[in-house]
Amino acid sequence: MRVEYVMMNQLNAWSRDRVRWRRLILIVAVLGAAWTAGSAVPAGSADGTRAPSPRAGFQAPLFSLERLGGDALSLMDLRGSVVVINLWASWCPPCRAEMPALQKVAKSFADDDLMILGIHMTAQDSEANAVAFVREYNLSFPILLDRTGAVGRLYQSRALPTTFFVDREGVIREVVVGGPLHEVALRSTIESLLQEGGS
Amino acid sequence: MIPILQIGPLAVQFPGLLLLGGVWAATLLIERTARRNKINPDFMTNLVFVSLVVGILGARLGYALRFLDLYLAQPGALLALNANTLSPLEGLIAGLLAALVIVQRKRQPLLPILDALTPGLAVFMLAVGLAHIASGDAFGSPSNVPWAVEIWTARRHPSQIYETIAAALILWAILRLESKPGFTGSPFFSLIALHAAARLILEAFRGDSLLLFETLRGAQVVSLCVLLLALAALGRCARTSSNHA
Repeated sequence: MRVEYVMMNQLNAWSRDRVRWRRLILIVAVLGAAWTAGSAVPAGSADGTRAPSPRAGFQAPLFSLERLGGDALSLMDLRGSVVVINLWASWCPPCRAEMPALQKVAKSFADDDLMILGIHMTAQDSEANAVAFVREYNLSFPILLDRTGAVGRLYQSRALPTTFFVDREGVIREVVVGGPLHEVALRSTIESLLQEGGS
Repeated sequence: MIPILQIGPLAVQFPGLLLLGGVWAATLLIERTARRNKINPDFMTNLVFVSLVVGILGARLGYALRFLDLYLAQPGALLALNANTLSPLEGLIAGLLAALVIVQRKRQPLLPILDALTPGLAVFMLAVGLAHIASGDAFGSPSNVPWAVEIWTARRHPSQIYETIAAALILWAILRLESKPGFTGSPFFSLIALHAAARLILEAFRGDSLLLFETLRGAQVVSLCVLLLALAALGRCARTSSNHA
């Protein structure tokens, strides 16, 4: 505690001495600038943040799943389009609450480079429930069945719904855990990503 | 990493809960400091509350202004509980402006108010570090150091732990500093200088830095400027107090 007391007194005395304090500021400026330059990221070097991982700033992990009542669909095939990945289950009330907004948005952006994918957590629900749900909400966008729960694990799903907004380069730009997402929140995020233009 | 806390059927966002806890602890500490510094604690509580509310409103309105046509078509969306439709910068500016207006209108001296806020801000910064540990945000750059942790598909510097340790040390230093007689402005500008210095050093280990000119870490440049300004302000406050003495 004595060292602390001496240091504080010394600093107090220095801060009152204009010349000494300016010298200290200059030293801090030089050292800070050197540290900033020394820890700069070499131009063009990748630091691994773009590797596939289910968080914003990373490549969206790739998957291929069977569509409800149809063939398989692969995320890789959608490169070049903005993709909204929505993880849902029929027993989840906020998933139910946000589904009409997703359907409305899917319909109004039908002519744009946008794909909404509803990934049904079939492993935690049932295919029959998924079919009834799609009928109830009259969903026209692709519903993919995660029968083994592999995509849920790949996307580290901890709560439903979870929505991932993926840009044209396949990079996740925003993750929304929980819901319901308001239609305006969906539209504004999608519009921003669509405005970034094609690759 | 514990982003979601499952309490029965409820999935609670744990980082958000930690931040709320941080606001609560900060408010308690601010009231205690205000009482000791002979400032009305109710004034300080109102200042924090109003700034927070105006900050949140500003963040939502700032976002809405960017998508004005969408919000004019559906004004109800302004009240939506979607955190992704908040603009942090506009929120910060609105909150700070609200605080400044309140301080001016109540004719309170600014520096003693900032000093009374200081321990609370230091506690909140600790909560931010803990929230980053829980969410996995503010993650480190890939590294092979023995204490690297596996996060987001790579072994990385545990930058959230560095940040939390730094915030805890700064909190300790601030509590020590403000328990001793010093000059007005010393606690506040010391906190700013210490956090800016910590960010300047620790940003070098981050894997999510925003880059300037594709190479310089933006947060380091900003932190260095803030650090130098805080040191200059500290010197000025010290000289002003010694001139008055």
